[in-house]
Amino acid sequence: MLVSEMKPDEEILDMLDMAHSIYLVGCNGCAEVCKTGGAKAVAAYRKFLETQDKQVPGICNVDFLCNKVLTGTRLVREIEPIDRSEAILVFSCGVGVQVAGAVVDKPVFPAANTISMGGHFGLWPGAEKCAQCGNCVLGYTGGICPVTGCAKSLVNGQCGGTTRDGDCEVEKGRPCAWLQIYERLKTIDRLDLYRRILAPQDKSKLMPEVKQRKTLYWAIDQDVKPKE
Amino acid sequence: MNVSQLQHKFENRSFAVTGETGPPKGTNVNRCLHRAEKYLKGRCNAVNVTDNQSAIMQTGSLATCRLLMDLGMEPVFQMVCRDRNAIALQSDILSAYALGIRNILALTGDHQALGDHPQASGVFDLDSVSLLKALCSLESGRDISGNALDGAPKFCRGAVVTPGAEPVEPQIIKMEKKVEAGAQFFQTQAVYDIKQFETFMKRVEKFNVPVLAGQVILKSAGMARFLNANVSGINVPEHLISKLQKDKEAAKSGQTGARICADFVKEAKAMCQGVHLMTLGWDHLVPDIFEMADLG
Ligand code: SF4
Ligand code: SF4
Repeated sequence: MLVSEMKPDEEILDMLDMAHSIYLVGCNGCAEVCKTGGAKAVAAYRKFLETQDKQVPGICNVDFLCNKVLTGTRLVREIEPIDRSEAILVFSCGVGVQVAGAVVDKPVFPAANTISMGGHFGLWPGAEKCAQCGNCVLGYTGGICPVTGCAKSLVNGQCGGTTRDGDCEVEKGRPCAWLQIYERLKTIDRLDLYRRILAPQDKSKLMPEVKQRKTLYWAIDQDVKPKE
Repeated sequence: MNVSQLQHKFENRSFAVTGETGPPKGTNVNRCLHRAEKYLKGRCNAVNVTDNQSAIMQTGSLATCRLLMDLGMEPVFQMVCRDRNAIALQSDILSAYALGIRNILALTGDHQALGDHPQASGVFDLDSVSLLKALCSLESGRDISGNALDGAPKFCRGAVVTPGAEPVEPQIIKMEKKVEAGAQFFQTQAVYDIKQFETFMKRVEKFNVPVLAGQVILKSAGMARFLNANVSGINVPEHLISKLQKDKEAAKSGQTGARICADFVKEAKAMCQGVHLMTLGWDHLVPDIFEMADLG
């Protein structure tokens, strides 16, 4: 099971920036267990956003956001409120956020940091991959993960190595993630996000505390009952 | 205490010329030092030392920079983010200052898969942008974790950009980020198409930072075609390739390449603040290029 934890409210508000109407997408899978997703957590966050002068035109909770086909068919019925929104805030692991970004042409923002996936990498991810880096930057990269997609895990933009065909310098046929990010941000008219200077990734987040990693599977592995 | 003469040159708005040397794989550094002394000293305002270029393990840039200083040249310490973590990068920046080095060029670095140690890990704790920020932080007397330093360094901070990239917009956005992060000058990837370079310079004029046009001397038509096909952002126009093809002897001796370079430099003088000559072992042509391009 994946483990995610909510980003601090200030960081979420900073990411959402000028956007006033925010569509919310929650995940009823692992994220619900972590209380980062699920109907209850998402509804509570709607209340919070409304106190911050934001509007929420709609909410959609998908059973497993990492199932791309399911997510696509659910969101297609929400086109109208999504169209009225300037941004989509996603309550799930990094894979879920990438899936949401891949199926709608709107800026997507992660409400959570993925810190561990405990052997579970999503039900039906395609190109979507998450390295559980613990400092999710998908909000600045159009929902395409540079930590897993870029060979150098760069967070501040394309290096000088992209080939003429748009491939990464390390391997033919491996697309340069930063070129994809540039094209995506251009499509959704948010190149201002590319201009942001991001702080270096905090590598200490790659080693979450033991208590944060305690999941049901962990308990089975350890042959003990989960407390709680 | 010595200060960066290169920076001085930029401040005076005079046309700067920088050269480049690559340390050897092994301890025989004398050859590269002597060539730099013979052909670059007294001509180039500063000499870049590459940092395990193309991810090929070599003698270090830091040590070679200091050896150049001992011979009376001003070095530009190239630093890539591939081989050192955030601690070692900052530590080497402080060491560089202690050794008298005053120019640093911040680079991301080629991926280790491209070099001769593909089995090594690539660190990339920092990238070119955050390395520039780290330099500024150290100059303000604090490391990137916010701890106070006992004595702060001061550098002339450089970075790179590829004017011929396709699309060029992400390169320009990243250049803007580098300026914001503290870059005080730029060296470009090798440029041959003067029209394309002029258009690029117009687009980046607003950043108000000195740009040195990068030049790699063309050794043959085959090399030009190879660069076009394999090196991102390099476009050698057809008319230059035919020039190299016409007189094979002149191309082989380097005369054609030197002439092409000098012609470019003459035209570029009105467009940018200097040139960066990447000679790749052909430093003996530098005096000719200086003469043909009327460089001081
Ligand atoms: S940035 Fe990428 S690796 Fe990090 S949490 Fe987000 S999706 Fe996962
Ligand atoms: S070419 Fe693109 S994907 Fe590859 S290392 Fe550079 S920025 Fe990253």
